[in-house]
Amino acid sequence: MGGPLLDIEELSVRLPPGQAARPILDAVSLRVSQGEAVGLVGESGSGKSVTCRAVLGLLPERTSVGGRIVVGGQDVLAKPAAWLREFRRRRVAMIFQDPRASVNPVRRVGDFVTEGLRAGGTPYKQALARAEELLEAVGIDDPRSALRRHPHEFSGGMLQRVMIAGALAAEPDLLLADEPTTALDVTTQAEVIAILSHLRTARGMGMLFVTHDLELAAAICDRIYVMYAGRIVEAQATGGLFTRPRHPYTAGLLAATPRLESDQPPHGVAGRPLSLAEAPDGCAFAARCHLAEDRCREHRPALEVLGHAHVACLRAEEPVHD
Amino acid sequence: MTAVTLHRRYRLPADNLTVAGVAVLAVLVAVAILAPLVAPHDPLAIDFSAALSGPSSDHLLGADQSGRDVLSRLIFGARAGLLGPLLVVTLSTVAGTLLGVLAAWCGGVVDAVLSRGMDFVFAFPALLLAITLVAMFGPGLSAPVVAMSIAYTPYVGRLARGVAMREMSRPYIHAYRVQGWSGWTICLRHLVPNVLPLIFAQSAINFGYALMDLAALSFLGFGTQPPVPDWGAMINEGASALLQGAMLPALAPGAAVVITVVAFSTVGEGIADRVARRQR
Amino acid sequence: MGAFLARRLAGLVATLAGASFAVFAAVYLAPGDPASFLTQGRSASPEALAAIRAQYHLDDPFLVQYLKWVSGALSGDFGRSVQFRQDVTGLILARLPTTLFLVGYAGLLIVLAGLLLGALAALRPGPLDRIVLIGTGVATATPSFVAAIGLISLFSVQLGWFPAFGNGTGLTGRLWHLTLPAAALALTFAGLLARVTRASMLEELAREHVEVARSRGVPEQAVIRRHVLRNSLGPISTVTGTVVAGLLVATSIVESAFGLSGVGQLLVSSVTVKDFPVVQAVTTLIVVVFVLANLLVDLLQPAIDPRLSHGQSRAL
Repeated sequence: MGGPLLDIEELSVRLPPGQAARPILDAVSLRVSQGEAVGLVGESGSGKSVTCRAVLGLLPERTSVGGRIVVGGQDVLAKPAAWLREFRRRRVAMIFQDPRASVNPVRRVGDFVTEGLRAGGTPYKQALARAEELLEAVGIDDPRSALRRHPHEFSGGMLQRVMIAGALAAEPDLLLADEPTTALDVTTQAEVIAILSHLRTARGMGMLFVTHDLELAAAICDRIYVMYAGRIVEAQATGGLFTRPRHPYTAGLLAATPRLESDQPPHGVAGRPLSLAEAPDGCAFAARCHLAEDRCREHRPALEVLGHAHVACLRAEEPVHD
Repeated sequence: MTAVTLHRRYRLPADNLTVAGVAVLAVLVAVAILAPLVAPHDPLAIDFSAALSGPSSDHLLGADQSGRDVLSRLIFGARAGLLGPLLVVTLSTVAGTLLGVLAAWCGGVVDAVLSRGMDFVFAFPALLLAITLVAMFGPGLSAPVVAMSIAYTPYVGRLARGVAMREMSRPYIHAYRVQGWSGWTICLRHLVPNVLPLIFAQSAINFGYALMDLAALSFLGFGTQPPVPDWGAMINEGASALLQGAMLPALAPGAAVVITVVAFSTVGEGIADRVARRQR
Repeated sequence: MGAFLARRLAGLVATLAGASFAVFAAVYLAPGDPASFLTQGRSASPEALAAIRAQYHLDDPFLVQYLKWVSGALSGDFGRSVQFRQDVTGLILARLPTTLFLVGYAGLLIVLAGLLLGALAALRPGPLDRIVLIGTGVATATPSFVAAIGLISLFSVQLGWFPAFGNGTGLTGRLWHLTLPAAALALTFAGLLARVTRASMLEELAREHVEVARSRGVPEQAVIRRHVLRNSLGPISTVTGTVVAGLLVATSIVESAFGLSGVGQLLVSSVTVKDFPVVQAVTTLIVVVFVLANLLVDLLQPAIDPRLSHGQSRAL
């Protein structure tokens, strides 16, 4: 593993003033090294998708943003539109959640796969040849005729492969995957994940993998960040996270996952997930935490180093977790 | 998330507009009903000494070529202007809702026949149908009203059928059937009330269109016959005065038509918006 | 696709047959004796009346008359005008250029103004969007004859830039004479097209595939063209189809307002004097164009949205 490919430092995001004015992210720091797969896990509304979009500079207009997003030594947030376009074409690619909604239904699959390349100036014929290779690489039969077909002629899983091919077209250093398998059924999920992680490793790309599924993240990621209500609450290498979760929320997520080998029924984290806008002054998780004390509701824990982990919990050092 | 935010940001404050539209319509209806009390002059009183005189304290909007008071004719004209569309909209709404709900409820052959029938009527633009009927039965209010009612029915019918089909696919209708309610009861008590709000929205918008079309027919001399004051006919009569430099006899009724139609479409869109929001 | 086309063509023929029958039968439903319309209310000698009855086949059974009329119409013979004592076909052909020029001119204005304003409003939210929204709201509520009055009073009477009536000769003369009529004709429909364009572009702008295209560094212009505008074409083309058909009927009003001698004005003057052969011919022609325009739009839909290509179609 090389140096840092993506370095998010203290990222804060607030949606534009007006009816929707609300904070989304608060001081999120996150790092992806070259060739490393990093998971970003949290419930819906926790801000993980916004983090992902922020890396590409894809936030709505007039959003107020604080902190830095450094990719290859350059701060993405400070760059003009023209630089961002070039950056999106060559450096970072994103895979979206719902392939059915993400591929323009009225254009051909070939148009989709080659679109980024052609925006970067690759001649049409050359881009088409490249697209054919890519479709083959993601396991689509008869790629040549697939290029001429329309999205509605593909299943969801096949279309997500098309999306992966499109993302790989520019040979990016960094892949952002925003819940790439949530919209698919379980058997297709496994295939898509296998293709994604195989191609990523083969091409030595770094990846930020956003999901609500801790188990899935563990299967393909080296390290995992856990997010709650717009803040990172825990970061650890995958192994450590599973054997010794430091934050009660992480522990709760792990316990909520049904397991074959366990004879205990899974139990969910009680209560409803919060967004940053709704979070109270103290620890945002306090209301749902069975370990919460009065001080948890008054003081907000900072993300601190604890052994090999980073954790934001006032009681992290106490032995109560074990 | 983004979609909703964008949608909200792009939209005008629909509610204020709807209220304004309703207010304009209320004033119009009041003026039409109270015309004899509100109008400063007899709309038919000819006074050649005042012909084409501009605005004055006596004639606030001036007088037309025969010296009739433009404002009074405008006020009385609101009667014909609103009555025609009211008849058209009432007839087409009742017929369209019945046919649409019937088609959706019965399905099969009935649906096919009714739908093809509505498609067929669609092939005749409303104005053309009205002109043809005028050719047959002569000018006046009745031929255009009948023609437009027929021409507008499929618009309402298609909408009613679509909404009813959607409503019928919902579980609650099936639940009532399972409970043993009769088709008629379910249709009248549950289906029709759910279909009506959108129909009303469409009817309000249709009211504006019917008003425009009927005014156009009067303008062509096919509608309300002189000397009964009518906005379309006033515009026709005022057109020649235009070239003599008198603008108000033609422009005032023109403005009245535009304002009324804007008010109706605003109210119609307001209702449709509200229905859409409630269903979300 | 073949079966779809066959079904649509069959429907088209059925609609036209029904429509022509209705138009033809209208004369017989009208109160009074058709022959008396044909004499224009003048008292005619029994011999003259008999000659007229023979000329218009009035003594044949109704269905025979209809079939004779249809076969004549199919070969371009719509009978003779009572008012002008000329062939109806010749009357229409003489007036067709003016009407077509007017419709073409107005159509151009509608598409240009409608698409531009609609796209502008969708892409520039804020004050500009509001102005366009209000302006198009008023435009759609302005019937063509009101627009005609407004345009004449401003541009002919006050400013004296354009003539208030007449057809004009030559290309520039025509353009000059038909500018105000075309603008009057275009106003309502341009407003409508702008509103539909704006709404459907806003809907497409909010779609995820647009964000995906941006996420790949596609220039904004190309995103708008290839994803937003391209995907909005469905509703835009549907409205354009109905507008084209509506234009033909609206010409009757605008041609009357501006004293143009075109097909629409011919229809109006024929209705006034109950010149039924002309009314039947013009009405049938308008219905044919209306139905054909709708068919064309329907056939275009699968090319615009490939998801519709499996023989499914919107109803007419």
